[in-house]
Amino acid sequence: MTDFAPMSPAATQNRNSDVQKLALRWLLFAMLGLFALFYLMPLFVMVTTSLKSLEEIRTGSLIAFPRELTFEAWRTAWSGACTGIKCEGLQPYFWNSVLIAVPAVLLSTGLGAANGYVIAQWNFRGANLIFSLMLFGCFIPFQVVLLPMAMMLGKMGLAGTIPGLILTHVIYGLGFTTLFFRNFYVTIPADLVKAAKVDGAGFFRIFWSIFLPLSLPIIVVTVIWQFTQIWNDFLFGVSFSQAGTQPVTVALNNIVNSTTGVKEYNVDMAAAIIAALPTLLVYVVAGKYFIRGLTAGSVKG
Amino acid sequence: MAPILDIKNLYKNYGATEILKDINVAIEPGDFLVLVGPSGCGKSTLLNCIAGLEPITGGTIDIGGRDMTHVSPKDRDIAMVFQSYALYPTMSVAKNITFGMKVRGVDQATQERKLAEVAAQLQIEPLLNRRPGQLSGGQRQRVAMGRALVRDPKLFLFDEPLSNLDAKLRVSMRSEIKKLHQNLGATMVYVTHDQIEAMTLATKIVVMKGGVVQQIGTPAEIYNHPANLFVADFMGSPAMNLIPARTRRNGKALQIEIERAEGEPMVLEGEHSGELPADIILGLRPEDIAEAGFRSGQKVQAAECRIDLVEPAGADTYVVSELGGRQVTARLHAETKAQPGAMLDLAFDLGKVSYFAPDTGKRLN
Repeated sequence: MTDFAPMSPAATQNRNSDVQKLALRWLLFAMLGLFALFYLMPLFVMVTTSLKSLEEIRTGSLIAFPRELTFEAWRTAWSGACTGIKCEGLQPYFWNSVLIAVPAVLLSTGLGAANGYVIAQWNFRGANLIFSLMLFGCFIPFQVVLLPMAMMLGKMGLAGTIPGLILTHVIYGLGFTTLFFRNFYVTIPADLVKAAKVDGAGFFRIFWSIFLPLSLPIIVVTVIWQFTQIWNDFLFGVSFSQAGTQPVTVALNNIVNSTTGVKEYNVDMAAAIIAALPTLLVYVVAGKYFIRGLTAGSVKG
Repeated sequence: MAPILDIKNLYKNYGATEILKDINVAIEPGDFLVLVGPSGCGKSTLLNCIAGLEPITGGTIDIGGRDMTHVSPKDRDIAMVFQSYALYPTMSVAKNITFGMKVRGVDQATQERKLAEVAAQLQIEPLLNRRPGQLSGGQRQRVAMGRALVRDPKLFLFDEPLSNLDAKLRVSMRSEIKKLHQNLGATMVYVTHDQIEAMTLATKIVVMKGGVVQQIGTPAEIYNHPANLFVADFMGSPAMNLIPARTRRNGKALQIEIERAEGEPMVLEGEHSGELPADIILGLRPEDIAEAGFRSGQKVQAAECRIDLVEPAGADTYVVSELGGRQVTARLHAETKAQPGAMLDLAFDLGKVSYFAPDTGKRLN
């Protein structure tokens, strides 16, 4: 080993910085992993607790895996848990939520698209003022409008009904849906509308044949946003509903609050997961469009 | 023959701002009218007014002998090509071209026949099933023209259609538009800020500035007899030389005195029957100043000038001298012996001269 040359100082330095980089990288991963675990902890507790029997919850540890899997709590939450005096689980309320959310999402998205199209591409007098006022609507705390809205619904004969809730959600969703579509449509060159006008197309024809086909990304964003808002809404649901028309969020609250005697944590957890499942599903299915659509409008604008 | 487009006393305001002031233009069938001017002069607004995309504040617009002032764009029997092409992004090329016919309820067979005709004419058959996003700039331009051609309108409107293309493509598309105009015999109104495009394409040019028409005329009239200093400076490349000078009468003869960078002021013999102010501005195109001995003619007069700059441009050589305190460009033949810093005899062709009043900028002869 006579020709063994000592390592040059530069090489030593290189190796040192390589080691440093690797260490930093692992530290980063460790930190991220830790945070991920921290955030996933409640979900973990929810899922495991919902799969345990009451007996096991009482005796076992909070973060232990279930010794014996049971779906009894899920069955109870879906069709047997008591909300006040009735004991038919979340099921009817879940369907109420579907009946509220689906039409409200479709209506508010459709109207938002039409509003955005008019404000962005048909410069009429006062367009900016109207848009500013709608934006203002986005930032009004909903508590402020509870009383006037209740009076309105009462006068219209919609108090305590599902159509009343749909109307409320459509109105208070319009600010955001209009904002989304308006910001998307202002990036579309005005020449397109002019060309279509010269081609003989009218207001609705241009919207239907030229703007709507372009709008898929922003429609996905709006649908996700609106569905999450409306499905998760509690305030309007609890204020403007009556027995039989309550959405799932209100029913969940009632289940958790109206247990007598032993608190059935497993049923509460299962019910909470059921109530959150649809929005989770929407994110999983369309989440990548959500990110893409949000940036598509803003980068160009 | 009745004019196919007749604009009378057109005014256009945005709020209190006057965009277009008292525009009067009329063209005959088959004319190629070019609206030219610097950006912000109102030429695109005027085109949009003709198309009916902008309401006008005053005046009338007749198209094909009918008053179209308050008629909607679709009923004006026009077709328009936009600067951004404005192709419908979600439709195929074929659908883009037939969209207008579909909207107007033209039957399927006619749509297909017309589409085939136009596609053959513009050589875009292989592109018919593509989306606009998959086309190059030149191809998009063709599709946009196809969309206009398929209508067979009374009037074609072009809004700076070539300004998004690269220089080489622009020149070839320019010739194609010219060919199209000759083959179709169609009437066209064309907006551009490029004075070369205006000169090469037009049968009639409208030069605009600040919403006011400066001059209307054939390319030759605009080039040889600019109505004012603005037109003289704007049209032509390199621009017309505008040389401050003094006039005096020597009996009947008109003498024009111009300061030189070196030596005594030079004196040229002019010819003008009417009155001229003492101070004028002399307009001479670079090609009307040549090297002495290379230009002959009755009114050619030579004077020695100091050459400050020599710019060979291949076919010609441009030299710059200082006259009347201004940089003056002369267009010499390619083999000139001109040297920067040296003196050279330049020949001024006063047969082509324009006189302008320095205060109003108006042409005097």
